[in-house]
Amino acid sequence: MIAITDLEKSFGPKAVLRGITLEVPKGESLVVIGGSGTGKSVLLKCILGLVRPDGGSITLNGQDVTGKGREAFLARFGMLFQGGALFDSLTVWQNVAFRLVRGPDRRPRAEARAIAVEKLARVGLGADVADLHPAELSGGMQKRVGLARAIAADPEVIFFDEPTTGLDPIMAGVINDLIREIVAEMGATTITITHDMSSVRAIADKVAMLHAGKIRWHGPVAEMDSAEDPYLRQFITGAPEGPIETLR
Amino acid sequence: MGGGLALLAPLAVLGRATLALLAGTGRLTLFVLQILRHALTPPWYLRELGQQLLHIGWLSLPVVGLTALFTGGALALQIYAGGSRFNAESVVPSIVAIGMTRELGPVLGGLMVAGRVAAAIAAEIGTMKVTEQIDALTTLSTNPIKYLAVPRVLAATLTLPVLVAVGDSIGIFGGFLVGTTRLGFDAATYLDNTADYLELWDVISGLIKGAAFGFIVAVMGCYHGMGSGRGARGVGRATTKAVVSASILILGANYLLTEVFFRA
Repeated sequence: MIAITDLEKSFGPKAVLRGITLEVPKGESLVVIGGSGTGKSVLLKCILGLVRPDGGSITLNGQDVTGKGREAFLARFGMLFQGGALFDSLTVWQNVAFRLVRGPDRRPRAEARAIAVEKLARVGLGADVADLHPAELSGGMQKRVGLARAIAADPEVIFFDEPTTGLDPIMAGVINDLIREIVAEMGATTITITHDMSSVRAIADKVAMLHAGKIRWHGPVAEMDSAEDPYLRQFITGAPEGPIETLR
Repeated sequence: MGGGLALLAPLAVLGRATLALLAGTGRLTLFVLQILRHALTPPWYLRELGQQLLHIGWLSLPVVGLTALFTGGALALQIYAGGSRFNAESVVPSIVAIGMTRELGPVLGGLMVAGRVAAAIAAEIGTMKVTEQIDALTTLSTNPIKYLAVPRVLAATLTLPVLVAVGDSIGIFGGFLVGTTRLGFDAATYLDNTADYLELWDVISGLIKGAAFGFIVAVMGCYHGMGSGRGARGVGRATTKAVVSASILILGANYLLTEVFFRA
């Protein structure tokens, strides 16, 4: 279980996270929604240790992940980045097998390549793309490769950062379905950040809405549409009028 | 009261600039210490080191070689023209050899590699930063300094002395070509004069300078690449900063090393 308690982070005078408390039980899929600039990415980066929080704690199965436990946490972790974040200089299979050929649990390259090809097949890509470079792939294919890389080492925890950004609705639906299927197969605990409500409905077990650095609403996805919170309602409907201030 | 504040304004600007300089120096020092620590502790990424040896060393040979060839030739012409004022034309071979090995080989080699390699490193790492590839490395349990900076710094530090040695040889050959075809030197005499006056320390001091300049080039490329701002403008600024700072540091380090090696 991932437990985030009273997490705080400011950049200069701007308080981005103001006491976030969340729990994600093992095997659950939490989707964090919220407008741009509400602190979703900072929350993710704090959990990953890319940004040092000012206060609060983050634990995985009771172990603190912000200090000495970070390496152990990352070893059981996979992530799909918004833009894919594939390494340009490596081929597709080398991207997917990146963790497999390095670190304490490294495997022979032939074995790592076989696992990479298997994971590529799991996300719907043939072995023929294994030796291409990321620049030779379409946006949708890059997302699939990023997903294959995220699951290559069979992680216990997976983060998805805007998994459908930049994709057409059909490809977004395909990626959402893939994420749902793979997460169910693996039994992984996941946190997803998205603006895309179709992703929320496809991926989430629970939804947390972040607004002004705090959790505004948190509950099962099945209760989201009937929730009366005006901020959540405005976000779901996309109405320009409402409590969330918008620039025109 | 207002006049007093106005008088203090230049001091405030000076203070801010000094603090910024100290903070930057501190960040760079910590970055270098991290590189050294990661260079001495496993895991070592030998495949990446091999690739960087190829990119930084082998692919820089043409630019360093051409620079040295033309510089050696021009140096021979200049020394001949200057030496003829006091009947000292015969010093051309020895001065070309000493000038190339002690100064021009390492400095011009370092500056050419700074232009080619520091820019490439800063642009590559800067682009990796803005496209979240460096964050991805971290999430894949790979330290970005160990994976990106250490192989580049090691490769540049190891290959620049080799490039300098090749550049020295080509520069001396350039001087030989001009000396024998344009200035009327006998080939055997030219080679004898070169060998007689050139000392081993002239060559070795240049190679040590080359290693120092290689270290500077790669460190500045990595430092500015990893500190790159967002977007194309951020990467462009990082690239410019890497080349300018590497070039200035090379010239400064060259003076310091010359003082240390050849102080009268």
